[in-house]
Amino acid sequence: MRPSPSWLLQLAVTLLTAAFLIIPALQSILAGFTSNYFRGLSSGLTLKWLGEVWDLYAHSIFLSLWLAAACLFFTLVIGVPAAYALARNPGRLSRVLEEFISLPLAVPGLALALALLQLYGSMSGFRTSWAFILVGHVLYTLPFMVRAVLAVLLAMDLKTLEEGAATLGAAPWTRFRTVVVPNALPGILAGALTVVTLSIGEFNLTWMLHTPYLKTLPVGLADSYASMRLEIASAYTLVFFVMIVPLLVAMQWASDRARRITQ
Amino acid sequence: MAHRIFVSVCLLPLAVFSLAFLALPLVRLVGASVEGPDGWGIYLQILQTRRYLQTLLQTVLVSLAVSAAALAISTTAGLFLARNHFPGRGALLSILTLPLAFPGVVIGFLIILLGGRQGLFNQLLPGHVVFAYSLTGLFLGYLYFSIPRVLLTVMAAAEKLDPALEEAARTLGASSVRIVTDVILPGLAPSLIAAGAIAFATAMGAFGTAFTLATDIDVLPMVIYTEFTLSANIAMASALSVVLGLATWALLLVARSFTGTTVAAGG
Repeated sequence: MRPSPSWLLQLAVTLLTAAFLIIPALQSILAGFTSNYFRGLSSGLTLKWLGEVWDLYAHSIFLSLWLAAACLFFTLVIGVPAAYALARNPGRLSRVLEEFISLPLAVPGLALALALLQLYGSMSGFRTSWAFILVGHVLYTLPFMVRAVLAVLLAMDLKTLEEGAATLGAAPWTRFRTVVVPNALPGILAGALTVVTLSIGEFNLTWMLHTPYLKTLPVGLADSYASMRLEIASAYTLVFFVMIVPLLVAMQWASDRARRITQ
Repeated sequence: MAHRIFVSVCLLPLAVFSLAFLALPLVRLVGASVEGPDGWGIYLQILQTRRYLQTLLQTVLVSLAVSAAALAISTTAGLFLARNHFPGRGALLSILTLPLAFPGVVIGFLIILLGGRQGLFNQLLPGHVVFAYSLTGLFLGYLYFSIPRVLLTVMAAAEKLDPALEEAARTLGASSVRIVTDVILPGLAPSLIAAGAIAFATAMGAFGTAFTLATDIDVLPMVIYTEFTLSANIAMASALSVVLGLATWALLLVARSFTGTTVAAGG
């Protein structure tokens, strides 16, 4: 069968779009290894720029990893019990509460950051600590955790499971630990990977909340784009890709898995 | 009884956190917006000041253009990938969805690599084409951001379409074009509306891309940023934030009523 013109047109659109997305990413990877980007590949390949990135920005990479871990901890502690409570009380109030905590998905990070700054900006101890950035990250990622866990919990017959455990004499906390959490694990995993991926890449809130001594990875990236030579900015972007792409792949795998369970 | 207490305790951390770091700050934001000499009149002032009005208009126009382009491109590519299986399809799909995790700042830099002073187009073309720092660059950056999100929504919706409908149309003698316009697109419509609204709302509030690309493009998030940091016009920055937040929130609420879910808006 000869391909029709419309089939070829669709193929062309798909390929052009893929080119638009991948070419600049490849350029940045290449530039990170090129001695002099302006002169091109003929200037030779080097690891020098990656070394410079390490010297200049290692602390920002570690700060981001630390924040992501702390953010994961708090979204787990706050989000998993909350999702359980929302699943056990699927009423109107729960819907309103879920809608309310999802506001940070809809309201731009810049607006949220301004709100936080104006309420807490004068508490200088808090304002200048990493905890202030952490609050922003938890605020932004919490709805993802709650929704991922809630979706899995709503898909199973939680009430019957719990009643079974209760008949056998399990107290609420024991039931939560031994029945609810193990059954919710696919959702928790999907939520956790989403939280870490988003926290490492978060910029809009962080840019407003950070101080010069507390630069996260994306804040450092913005800094390098504005003030460093293109090769260093590219090498730093490359470091970011190496961190974020495996996380994204894992996140998509876990989310698909959780979604299959809920269907 | 013990059960009900336990469930309430489970909700407590969320309630405390949301009150302290979401509800109260948002109340404070609205409060700060009316603390200027004009009080609530500041919202009227937005409509009466030429610069803010132009910014609003420009932001809405860019966001509309981005949503339309992302819908057209992603629907074409998404349907194509959903309906055709060929070698390399998996790789194409990965390329088209990987940018999901790229923040706006990084996308801004990628646009500079394409259309900046040392960019690909400026090196390859004789006419020295530099478009990164203009509205075109911003449009392309937002488009880059939106394509993977819309594509995933379209593909998820395409999987749920009933193939029997298409077969029935074919049996009845409908042409491919008629099948697309009369069967497939109406079936996808709710998802397309939702995806378009998400793309629009995200473009309205996107800060990172605009921040990397340029300072001389007046889009709403950039104006809020400069009012706050450079002009120290806290009241106006707050008022504009309230307007922007309300607009994007309302839009996404409408979008959610069309389909159950929303793909992550992201930064």
